Amino acid sequence: MTMIDHLRYATLKPGRLSYGVVLLVCIAAVVLGGYSALTMEHAGHIITGMNNHVVWGLPHVFAVSLIVAASGALNGASLASVFGLSYYKPIARLSVALAMSLLVGGLLVLVLDLGRPDRLIVAMTTYNFRSIFAWNIFLYTGFLFIGACYLWMMMERRFNHHIKAMGRVAFAWRIVLTTGTGSIFGFLVGRNALDSALLAPLFVALSLVMGTAALTLVLVMLDRWQATLLNDQLLGSLRRLFVWFLIALVYFSIVHHVTNLYATEHHSVERYTLMGQLSGMFWIGHIFVGVVLPLGVLLLPTMRLSNTGRLVISASLALLGGLALLYVVIIGSQSTPQMLFPGKTILASRFGDAGFPTYHPSVWEWGLGIGGLALAVLSCLLVLRVLPLLPESQRIENVSSE
Amino acid sequence: MIKMNLEPPNPTNSLAARRRFLQRLGLLSVAVAAPALLPALSGATITPVKGASNKHRWGLLIDTSKCVSGCDACVRGCHEEHGINGTGNDHTDAQWIRKIDLQDDLTAKQSSLPMMCQHCDSAPCVDVCPTGASFKRADGVVLVNKHTCIGCRYCVMACPYKARSFIHEPVSNQKSWAPRGQGTVESCTLCVHRIDAEGEQQPACAVACTDEAHSAILFGDLSDPQSDIAKAMNKRHAQEVRSDLELNTGVRYLNL
Repeated sequence: MTMIDHLRYATLKPGRLSYGVVLLVCIAAVVLGGYSALTMEHAGHIITGMNNHVVWGLPHVFAVSLIVAASGALNGASLASVFGLSYYKPIARLSVALAMSLLVGGLLVLVLDLGRPDRLIVAMTTYNFRSIFAWNIFLYTGFLFIGACYLWMMMERRFNHHIKAMGRVAFAWRIVLTTGTGSIFGFLVGRNALDSALLAPLFVALSLVMGTAALTLVLVMLDRWQATLLNDQLLGSLRRLFVWFLIALVYFSIVHHVTNLYATEHHSVERYTLMGQLSGMFWIGHIFVGVVLPLGVLLLPTMRLSNTGRLVISASLALLGGLALLYVVIIGSQSTPQMLFPGKTILASRFGDAGFPTYHPSVWEWGLGIGGLALAVLSCLLVLRVLPLLPESQRIENVSSE
Repeated sequence: MIKMNLEPPNPTNSLAARRRFLQRLGLLSVAVAAPALLPALSGATITPVKGASNKHRWGLLIDTSKCVSGCDACVRGCHEEHGINGTGNDHTDAQWIRKIDLQDDLTAKQSSLPMMCQHCDSAPCVDVCPTGASFKRADGVVLVNKHTCIGCRYCVMACPYKARSFIHEPVSNQKSWAPRGQGTVESCTLCVHRIDAEGEQQPACAVACTDEAHSAILFGDLSDPQSDIAKAMNKRHAQEVRSDLELNTGVRYLNL
């Protein structure tokens, strides 16, 4: 007779008022997002703040945030099945469901921000394999497929012995996915702000931070409804991991900018990012709110906060900081003049080649972005209501396999 | 009096009916296939629609010393040819071609030039397009397939010359040879409809520049050593914009 660890799982039980409030807010935001998308498709992108200088606006910031967070949210499952940390096992199923929901939310924003979202079928059937974007379509759909299989292996006891192998595939896939997402921006040779291979590892580090932050906030929210998710061991581990992920993020960010400062051709872009119009977004948003404050909250012993309190505050700050970093990368890179004629100054151009383009996101872009975020949360809650993904208790029972 | 046939079906009749059916089906097949088969059987050939050939590499040579600051005849000529009506917002309107005035940082020499799609041989817009809607013809003309462009704007991000425009609002008064559409990307086509029509080959910008008596834009076949454009390029040093990117552009500049 052999003994195996066995956890009982259940669906999410509604009943708390806060559950209803979250559900209603999400539904309202999704409706607003849908209306924004319809309006944008009908009137055209003229109603957004985008123009022919800044062609990727706020919806891209939200979409990329959700996509990188999706990759990172899989941490919970990876730590359980790939790295063998058993105290992550109770949240492994939730981790996969959240990762898939975040990706769906991000992809929906990306698709609805297309000039012709009605031609999605073209994007799904016609590929140019020289395009990183085309490869990313496979990476995203593959992530959803692998995530679904991973969840299936976890839920079907007959296949439990495949979990580790599936976990490894999912882990490798999500690293490649985030590298691919970073590479969308990193290989644009005509744009000095983006022409860097360091964007790929920067995105991987950002995904670890944003994904862990998203997972932490969802865990704490769900634990308030049914207190079976959090324990001191898990909270302590999340706190330590979060510190390392934040350090990795700021490391790659520093290396990215220091190497840029070394190259003369990037000086004007760096001047703009570090000292220009978007410097506040970089220094206050990304560095202070996104890294320094969360690290302080997580590490300073003088702060009289519980582990949960520290994690909730630092996760919220890190998510805001992640959005700020992506705003700097995506909008900032388009807001600097493109170097058309090295060694020459542009005196006049009707298209404004010499100036710094301005971009002010419209209410429709906010609506679409927030709608995508709400859809991710809503779909995660719906999946949790339907499938038994939450542990009934933290107790791991020994069950005879005979 | 109606006589009802209550006899069982005769196997011989049934066989004949089946044979008739098969004969008719055969005749129908021949009738359908004949138009396609006859030319092949008779040795006749169907004249194919003339496509782009890699025997040509169409391009432009722009002499900035002849281009006059303040003159935008080429821009007007292009817009008129392709039915581009601006709304007054230069940042969201299509910019197939635009005028830029420059000053050299070292010598303070000033120059003026038109900037448009440079019809790169290694076009970044073609590389990044996920659906292959951005494509390069065999004769070097870079175009956008308006049927498969999904409006992702990755090509706009990738173009080093800011020569691509995303169409932000509904368009009207389109020309049949220059289809346009809200939510898609477009750029200079090198007046491909004129190239394909033969006879009147010069693009609208070059014609407008000549009409203005500036003759700063020369169009021709870069791969034909006897063409005016190839001779002019061989005689004088023609430059690529952002030559450091090694994109082998089809548009070159003199006196840059």
